[in-house]
Amino acid sequence: MATDVHRPVIPSPEATGAVGSAQAVHVEGLTRSFDGRAVIDDLRLDVRPGEFVALLGRSGCGKSTLLRILAGLDRDIRGTVLVPRRKAVAFQAPRLMPWKKVWRNVLLGLPGKPQRAVADQALEEVGLSHRSDAWPKTLSGGEAQRASLARALVREPDLLLLDEPFGALDALTRIKAQRLVGELWQRRGCAVLLVTHDVEEAVLLADRVLVMDDGVIAHEQTVDLDRPRDITDPRFAELRAGLLERLGVDTAAEAA
Amino acid sequence: MSISHAPPGPREPDISEISKQGTQHGSQQGPRQGADLDLTPIAPASSRRTRVPRSLRRTTGPLLLLALWQLLSTTGVLTPDVLASPGRIAQVGWDLIADGSLPGAIGTSLRRVAGGLLLGTVIGVGLALASGLFRVGEDLVDAPVQMLRTVPFVGLIPLFIIWFGIGEAPKIAIITLGVTFPLYLNVYAGIRGVDAQLIEAGESLGLSRWGLVRHVVLPGALPGALTGLRYSLGIAWLALVFAEQVNADSGIGFLMVQARDFLRTDVIVVCLIVYAFLGLLADFVVRTLERLLLQWRPTFTGR
Ligand SMILES: Nc1ncnc2c1ncn2[C@@H]1O[C@H](COP(=O)(O)OP(=O)(O)O)[C@@H](O)[C@H]1O
Ligand SMILES: [Mg+2]
Repeated sequence: MATDVHRPVIPSPEATGAVGSAQAVHVEGLTRSFDGRAVIDDLRLDVRPGEFVALLGRSGCGKSTLLRILAGLDRDIRGTVLVPRRKAVAFQAPRLMPWKKVWRNVLLGLPGKPQRAVADQALEEVGLSHRSDAWPKTLSGGEAQRASLARALVREPDLLLLDEPFGALDALTRIKAQRLVGELWQRRGCAVLLVTHDVEEAVLLADRVLVMDDGVIAHEQTVDLDRPRDITDPRFAELRAGLLERLGVDTAAEAA
Repeated sequence: MSISHAPPGPREPDISEISKQGTQHGSQQGPRQGADLDLTPIAPASSRRTRVPRSLRRTTGPLLLLALWQLLSTTGVLTPDVLASPGRIAQVGWDLIADGSLPGAIGTSLRRVAGGLLLGTVIGVGLALASGLFRVGEDLVDAPVQMLRTVPFVGLIPLFIIWFGIGEAPKIAIITLGVTFPLYLNVYAGIRGVDAQLIEAGESLGLSRWGLVRHVVLPGALPGALTGLRYSLGIAWLALVFAEQVNADSGIGFLMVQARDFLRTDVIVVCLIVYAFLGLLADFVVRTLERLLLQWRPTFTGR
């Protein structure tokens, strides 16, 4: 069934079947208000299958709200939202259930009775198989975040939603985690929507960088640099500077 | 956390101000040389520890107290009708065990506590689940329970005697009542206190409503439930003492009432010691449960 791939968060008559699998995410006329204030206001967004999209924007502009809507966690919305049936989320905090060993966390919510080997394989992929039997409280920040990533990947998502997953990590761990996400994406080929406040991270990983402002996607920047990307590349710096300017950060001082 | 922290606005003025202060400071004072610093050694903790083992030190206090008590008794300062001597108490305790009256009384009392605890747990946890998991349950259950909770349960003893007579029923009922409220309150608070972010994570993993309850809500409420159990056990003993002293023809409380009538302070103290030991035992049971069930907690310190 072609329509099975896309499940509307809110059913709308013209949506069903109208969009084929040419898109991994299709959002149109999306509005979400809190107490009468529209945080997302008539937003439009398309993500191709296998595309890596980064979403930038100042704090409080509604990035997490959009991500939660795409994840199906917030349904007080108006407009059309089409997302793949198989999607997974990793949040800024790892949100592992502290009362379950790491491998049980990875398997949580999977249909049927999956074997532990399934979890171990996913943990292997993020380099954490040796911590499979540990309590979450004994993991370091980076390890917990990788466990959370394994929990998302084991669902074999067509769309991976990441909400500032590296935000709480120290600089070195963050670089490693970014590299890991890049590798996993290339191996899995799923569409990724990465919310971040780190412009460098966005340019490093994404095919396309979106800037959100005033409840809509206000700016879009395609990144056509070869991978693996080199942050010392002048074109990289140029893209980065352009995006920073878009975000209202004065780049003159930084360039010096 | 889902709240994001984008970089704040330009920081330039702040930083330059700090660095200016720094240079001023430096130019006034000049770099200090290490030679005139007064160094004191930080001794490792282990080298200062005394050689006496901790367990020995901890038992010294009670033993001294016991010795003082015995001394006061043998010198006649403390007469037997005020408080019997430790030696006498040990003797009486042994006699009571030997003639079977103490084990019999403990058995009767334990049965009452167990019955009340079981009933109270079923009712308290049942009500807490109803009001913690369902909006309707909360509306129906929480307000009446919060109101009833303010009634001191021992005050209900006369009413219970009228309702249930003077057999086992009123005693078990009073323990049940005492146990129900702390369990209800703690389990309910535990359920409502489960991290909303974890529930959201569970939802995003595709857990059904029952799956959320089973894998997220109930385990999250477990620490609260065990706290409630600990309180409940404490109150169960208290309720037992009240219930058995008001009217009883068996049990530890009955032994005490009898002893009071014959001014037998030795028997009373033996019964108090039994109460204390039963309390310790209950505490041990809860601790063991916590050790088994709460290993995952970041604050878990046992091993
Ligand atoms: N549950 C809520 N109730 C009221 N306001 C909310 C709620 N969630 C988010 N908001 C508001 O929506 C705006 C966007 O929030 P969010 O999506 O978290 O921003 P960010 O882009 O930093 O992720 C903020 O102004 C926030 O105060
Ligand atoms: Mg956010």
